[in-house]
Amino acid sequence: MQISDEKVISIADMNKWYGHFHVLKDINLNVHRGERIVICGPSGSGKSTLIRCINRLEEHQQGSINVDGIELNNDLKNIDAIRREVGMVFQHFNLFPHLTVLQNCTLAPIWVKKMPKKEADAVAMQFLERVRIPEQADKFPGQLSGGQQQRVAIARSLCMNPKIMLFDEPTSALDPEMIKEVLDVMIELAREGMTMICVTHEMGFAKTVANRVIFMDGGQIIEENEPEEFFNNPQSERTQLFLSQILAH
Amino acid sequence: MTTITKLPNGGKVYAGDLPDKPAPIRTDGLVAWMRDNLFNGVFNSILSLSALALVLYVLPPVLGWLIFNANWVGGADACRVNPDGACWPFVSARWEQFLYGFYEKSERWRIDILLWMLAIGIVLMVWEKTPGRHLIAMFMLFVYPVLAFFMMYGIVAVNVYWIAVPLLLLGVLFATLAGGFFRVIGFLLMLGGVAMLWQVGSGAVQAIHPLGDRALPIVDTPQWGGFTLTLVIALSGIVASLPLGVLLALGRRSKMPIISLLSTVFIEFWRGIPLVAVLFMATIMFPLFLPAGVTFDQLLRAVIGVALFASAYMAEVVRGGLQAINKGQYEGAMALGLPYSKMMRLVVLPQALKVVIPGIVNTFIGLFKDTTLVLIIALFDLLGIVQASIADPNWSIQSVPYTGYAFVGISFWICCYSMARYSRYIEGKLHTGHKR
Repeated sequence: MQISDEKVISIADMNKWYGHFHVLKDINLNVHRGERIVICGPSGSGKSTLIRCINRLEEHQQGSINVDGIELNNDLKNIDAIRREVGMVFQHFNLFPHLTVLQNCTLAPIWVKKMPKKEADAVAMQFLERVRIPEQADKFPGQLSGGQQQRVAIARSLCMNPKIMLFDEPTSALDPEMIKEVLDVMIELAREGMTMICVTHEMGFAKTVANRVIFMDGGQIIEENEPEEFFNNPQSERTQLFLSQILAH
Repeated sequence: MTTITKLPNGGKVYAGDLPDKPAPIRTDGLVAWMRDNLFNGVFNSILSLSALALVLYVLPPVLGWLIFNANWVGGADACRVNPDGACWPFVSARWEQFLYGFYEKSERWRIDILLWMLAIGIVLMVWEKTPGRHLIAMFMLFVYPVLAFFMMYGIVAVNVYWIAVPLLLLGVLFATLAGGFFRVIGFLLMLGGVAMLWQVGSGAVQAIHPLGDRALPIVDTPQWGGFTLTLVIALSGIVASLPLGVLLALGRRSKMPIISLLSTVFIEFWRGIPLVAVLFMATIMFPLFLPAGVTFDQLLRAVIGVALFASAYMAEVVRGGLQAINKGQYEGAMALGLPYSKMMRLVVLPQALKVVIPGIVNTFIGLFKDTTLVLIIALFDLLGIVQASIADPNWSIQSVPYTGYAFVGISFWICCYSMARYSRYIEGKLHTGHKR
């Protein structure tokens, strides 16, 4: 798991408000190529909002976000360019229910990258094999279990060959027995050197693959450390409280 | 069989599978269905029996009048002798007029061809195994209306510009947007257009080219009528109102305030006035705004009025569908890098339109029936022509008006019910078993 010195995401002094509500406060974060970052924190702490700012699903009002050398501003060209580089997996999968699994995977390559259909199909099948559901290619998302749907969603993102993957609580909507199959796919992806930012409550996953854990509360980054130090020796009181709450039972 | 082992601490372990037993009462079949749905309680049983009594009371006289006591053969005299049944000879004597209106008798073959093309086209589009269904749909949507107009209205001279310029534009469109086979066709079309223009430019061909013997004589729109006119107005309205309605719905939900405002004003304007008023305005007020000497076909004005009126309703139906689409669908599409137009076309609209198929077809059916209102601006659609025929002194028999209206009612019902059935079928077919 090689991490290079090259920065792929740099967020500097970023602030965001919803009306008068200050959701993100002075966020500074650099992500290097190959890094696997886990963001955790209580609900409403702004962790999802933070990663949704990276591909402009949410707009920030102050500071700068730079993704792979592209400045994120109101220029639609830049936004489109960044979205092509950044894949995203959502809590509720957000698969397109009117398209088959295969069509879900080939939609963006065909219409955004202008890939010929045959090639797109081949690429999609390759990624569906990697997430271990090639046999479901012609089914509709509604016919699949939650875990299978989330793996399709991961494959769909990978089909665009992104440099960075964002995961927004990918296992929170899943039944307990399906969480492992999704985490296994994510762990594999991490081993292959994908740059990943995951918002998750799966502390086991954080311990296994993350090389940095970020704890957020009240819209700011409270603590940032290597996983081992973070879990065994949390410095801030709020981190200690949070960890004691989620690890208590 | 299951064996139950008791554990020392009071717990139990069940081993083995329980066998399937037959149900104690029938849960399927007609008897079970009637028991569960018609007679599952005193109140429901009373309701079922009263409904049955009502049907038995109403149905025999209706069927008797329409079918068993009706006059099927003979002429007006037969109907005079038996006044207790429908007078179907009236319909068979007049059916040509009901179908074609006052359209020139010698030219009615033109309508026949168009109606057969329409019927075959619809069957081919509805039947799923038709090879090249998309091409047929494109033909019916884009070529057929133009063809139908010239066939019905007639054509005595060809203006070469009117062929060359659309050909050129279509060619450019194909050559730039399509690939492969269609791109080649695009270049050929462009070449054809340029060749025609060049011929006119060099003086080899006259710009306005009389057709001579091959001309289709003009049959002006006041002569159009009957069921043909109903179809002309209804189909133009249906074909125009859906795309217009989609654009208006997208406009109304747009984040750009001007577009949203304009769409809203348009929709609320057309929804706020009755169709009768729209038709009156199109007939009486609209010509006042035109410069002297400029005329604008009466039928065309009515068609535009009906189409705009229907598109306002359609817009609200489609907007309902757009609102039913989860925000996650937009986010999923955006995160994949799809720009707005493709996100709408490929992800949002297919789902939104599917949700509101019942509403869309409802609007179509409403529009189809509303076409009868053109009666008040002196256009004779099916209802208008039947009503006019009833006044014929040769047929002044008591049962004739009832028969005429029954015929109109049945004709409309068949058209509308077919649309409703097709809509149900499409809903079932597009249902992909999803939960959102």
